[in-house]
Amino acid sequence: MGRFILRRLGFVLLTLLASSMLIFVATQILPGDVAKMILGRFATPEALANLRAELGLNRPLVIQYGSWLINFVQGDWGISLSTDNPVMALVFSRLRNSAMLALVAFAMYVPLGIILGLLAALRRNSLIDQAISIGSLSFIGLPEFVTGVILITIFSLKLHWFPASSAIAPDATFLEALPRLVLPAITVSLVSLAYITRMTRASTVEVLQTDYVRTAYLKGLRPYQVIFFHVLRNALLPTVTVVAIGIGWLIGGLIVTESLFSYPGLGRLLLFAIQRQDLPLIQATTMLLVVIFSLSNLTADIIYAYLNPRIRYQ
Amino acid sequence: MTEACLEIENLTIGYQTPGGLLEAVRDVSLKAASRESFGLVGESGSGKTTLALGAMDYLAANGRILGGRVSLHGCKISGLPSKEMYRIWGRKIGMVYQNPATAMNPSLTIGRQLAETARIHQQISKAAAQKKAIAMLAKVAMPEPETVADRFPHQLSGGMLQRCVIAMGLINNPALLILDEPTTALDVTTQAVVLDLVTDLKQEFDSAILYITHDLAVVAKICDRIGVMYAGQLMEVGNTRDLFKEPLHPYTLSLLGCVPHFEPGGKKHSLASIPGLIPRLDELPPGCIFAPRCRFVQDRCRASRPVLQPAQPGHQTACLRWRELPGNAGPAGDERSDQRSADAPVVLEIKALNKHFSPLQTLLAIRRQNKKKIKAVNGVSIKVRKGDTLGIVGESGCGKTTLVRTIIGLLAPTSGKLVMDNQQLGSLTADRPRTVIKKLQMVFQNPDASLNPRRTVAEAIQRPMALLRQIDRKQIAGRTRELMKAVNLPVSYYHRFPGELSGGEKQRVAIARAFAADPELILLDEPLSALDVSVQASLINLLFDLQKKNNATYLFISHDLAAVQHISDWIAVMYLGRIVEWGRADEVFAPPYHPYTEALLSAIPIADPDVKQQNIRLEGSVPGAMDIPCGCSFHTRCPRKVGTICETDKPPWRKGPGKSRISCHIPENELIQLQAEAIRFASSQEGA
Repeated sequence: MGRFILRRLGFVLLTLLASSMLIFVATQILPGDVAKMILGRFATPEALANLRAELGLNRPLVIQYGSWLINFVQGDWGISLSTDNPVMALVFSRLRNSAMLALVAFAMYVPLGIILGLLAALRRNSLIDQAISIGSLSFIGLPEFVTGVILITIFSLKLHWFPASSAIAPDATFLEALPRLVLPAITVSLVSLAYITRMTRASTVEVLQTDYVRTAYLKGLRPYQVIFFHVLRNALLPTVTVVAIGIGWLIGGLIVTESLFSYPGLGRLLLFAIQRQDLPLIQATTMLLVVIFSLSNLTADIIYAYLNPRIRYQ
Repeated sequence: MTEACLEIENLTIGYQTPGGLLEAVRDVSLKAASRESFGLVGESGSGKTTLALGAMDYLAANGRILGGRVSLHGCKISGLPSKEMYRIWGRKIGMVYQNPATAMNPSLTIGRQLAETARIHQQISKAAAQKKAIAMLAKVAMPEPETVADRFPHQLSGGMLQRCVIAMGLINNPALLILDEPTTALDVTTQAVVLDLVTDLKQEFDSAILYITHDLAVVAKICDRIGVMYAGQLMEVGNTRDLFKEPLHPYTLSLLGCVPHFEPGGKKHSLASIPGLIPRLDELPPGCIFAPRCRFVQDRCRASRPVLQPAQPGHQTACLRWRELPGNAGPAGDERSDQRSADAPVVLEIKALNKHFSPLQTLLAIRRQNKKKIKAVNGVSIKVRKGDTLGIVGESGCGKTTLVRTIIGLLAPTSGKLVMDNQQLGSLTADRPRTVIKKLQMVFQNPDASLNPRRTVAEAIQRPMALLRQIDRKQIAGRTRELMKAVNLPVSYYHRFPGELSGGEKQRVAIARAFAADPELILLDEPLSALDVSVQASLINLLFDLQKKNNATYLFISHDLAAVQHISDWIAVMYLGRIVEWGRADEVFAPPYHPYTEALLSAIPIADPDVKQQNIRLEGSVPGAMDIPCGCSFHTRCPRKVGTICETDKPPWRKGPGKSRISCHIPENELIQLQAEAIRFASSQEGA
């Protein structure tokens, strides 16, 4: 198992290295450069050249990438061009907010999706199954900005249960923020919820038809024991992968949803950085998102290996 | 007979289908006492599994018991509420399944799955259950039971897993153990070990055994009484000896005639086959359900349906004419002469053929990867002569399928040559001109997968003609009809799709397609193993007839020694990618033989309860083709290993009987002596 984790970790590091190159190159291709952005449109060519030399922008690209990467790994993420604040502090305060939102969403959609999928599979072709299937299919088709707007219209404008804006104070605690987290969390959850439901249903249906489930019944196990000890463990294997991929969805969804609800999270920060062409901020935020995504995949791999001895003992 | 343990009375089981209620099992009654094994034999679709699952009241959602009762030790268990059944399943009835690899939960250890079965029904602690699981594993002769208990199913071989499943079935000392085709998915040497185990366990446990199989040879070996099922009905029930020696039902008689008899050196007969097909459940004939296929049918057979009734003591039959049946007189078909001239031209010569695969390489693993190769085919050289059949036998994993796939050009050989008509063949079909492709045709194991479901029978047969032969278009239709006639397919099938055909009929189409190109050599890769015995017999006969008429040449691959022995002129025995023995069919299976051939021969079940065999059982399973043992590759399992020379040196070729050759370190004189002693010993054991 330890060997397996080490190998996976190696893959994660390779992935991160490759993405850091992509991110660096991509930000280089963007129009305009840092010097121009700092000095404004009316800067003289000499001043620009001086600043470029000072910032090291006239060095070869490989050297620039190398020093950027070394600085990034050492925790020196630079100064945000548009706010003059250190990038790291900015990113981490927003990361905390996004993490709160993601956690609430995650805690809602993962268990709910598994339960709904299981229910649909156990009552296959019943009314419940059909309702769940149709419901999840329609949510997969709906983008976040649509569901978000619908939720705001119903729950804040008509029913006044939750606030329409989720702009929280920068130092708000989790409990203070919670009421404002509900609507955006539901919004980002729906698509992933639908995927997990469908995946759990499909794999449970498959597992229920296997020979070893018949063996389990003919041992004399009660149905709930069969489901708990024999079906769930095998049926959740594909779900684990979907949950990990779902974190990618979650991150993508955050950008839209946070903007929609004016929630001060990582997604909105990234959007802000792109609009201002704030290169250090863009680089740091995207890099952080890649790290989160890779680590969640790593976790999924480890859980998968724990559940599936065929992988563990390779 | 002692008091019955399992008693099934007039059981009728039906399935609700869109076409109405179908009675898959009708009015079946049978009894089995403690320590008695009752064999339920029948072809696919005869309802034997439905009967077993129905007896346990574990049917699909659309199935239900329509009548009759099932009791264990006099207690009725049919029609109980499902709550009660949880106490019977696993405790009163244990079950062993066809495929042990899928019957165990892949993500739980063996020990846990066994212990769980004990804990459901016995009030014992977790530790005690675990101990009991290990003790049970020891009882099924599992080496190192403690270690095995901590293993996961994928870490064990099929034979070991089946032993675990049997241990799980017996852990609560049930009144009844049902074994549903428990050795069908296993190799012949493993099958022998499992059958021995079942025989031993019969002595040790009090359970009655219900043994379901399609294989008459297997029931002959281990069952006390046998019931023959056909289309949902029991046709004959009797003691094993009586039933084999004096069958009282034409269906039993025909089935016995279909089994290729294993008698090396004996005269070869064409096999009896049963015309027609098992009737569909919604189209059962009004009289005797076997009447449409029966050799002895009379008008009164069609008038009313005969019921199973006692004919002789302990022997029941559902035939009106049982007094007039001829008895099992041995092979029913005509004798055939298969003397061929030894100097027929060589059609295909295989010279030192190797096919190695590299294991899958992952990105990070490349560095660690030593140069281990999977050596599927390892220096095979052999010739096939015109008009002959070369049979290649071996267990799964011996490389026989890789060999034919390399010959036909689906795989490129790693080294070695294939020579046809003094011309070296290109390695892949893409490198071979059509004139060469035409010379080699193939029939695959599974006709469902090898025929395109969207092409009609005629289209499938015409394809090779249009592609590979210079035939006038106008002649194609006529030639197709000729071929269909040659493989005994009605011409009315011309425009049918494969989905409308039975398994045997599909395989006939595949054979017709192979012959359509007018090839010089036909490769047959386990063409019979997916089919029922009666269908197998008719296909074996067909292959003979076609060979006689067209002077065709076959390369026949199979794991079934009896079928290979029956159909082949020459036989090569393969083990781990190497040929270990080859020669004329009668010579290979006559002593002295290679120790591996000897073990195979002692493992095959024979459809005759009176034949006693040597008791050679191979330890362990076939080593992976990645770690082929050095020296003689068989030394790790060889019961006749002579010493370190087997581990270090490649064995020389020694002369066997006639033209056959044996690759072994033991000189032929010693082999003759050793094997004669073993046979004497086996027969003296029998006398004692």
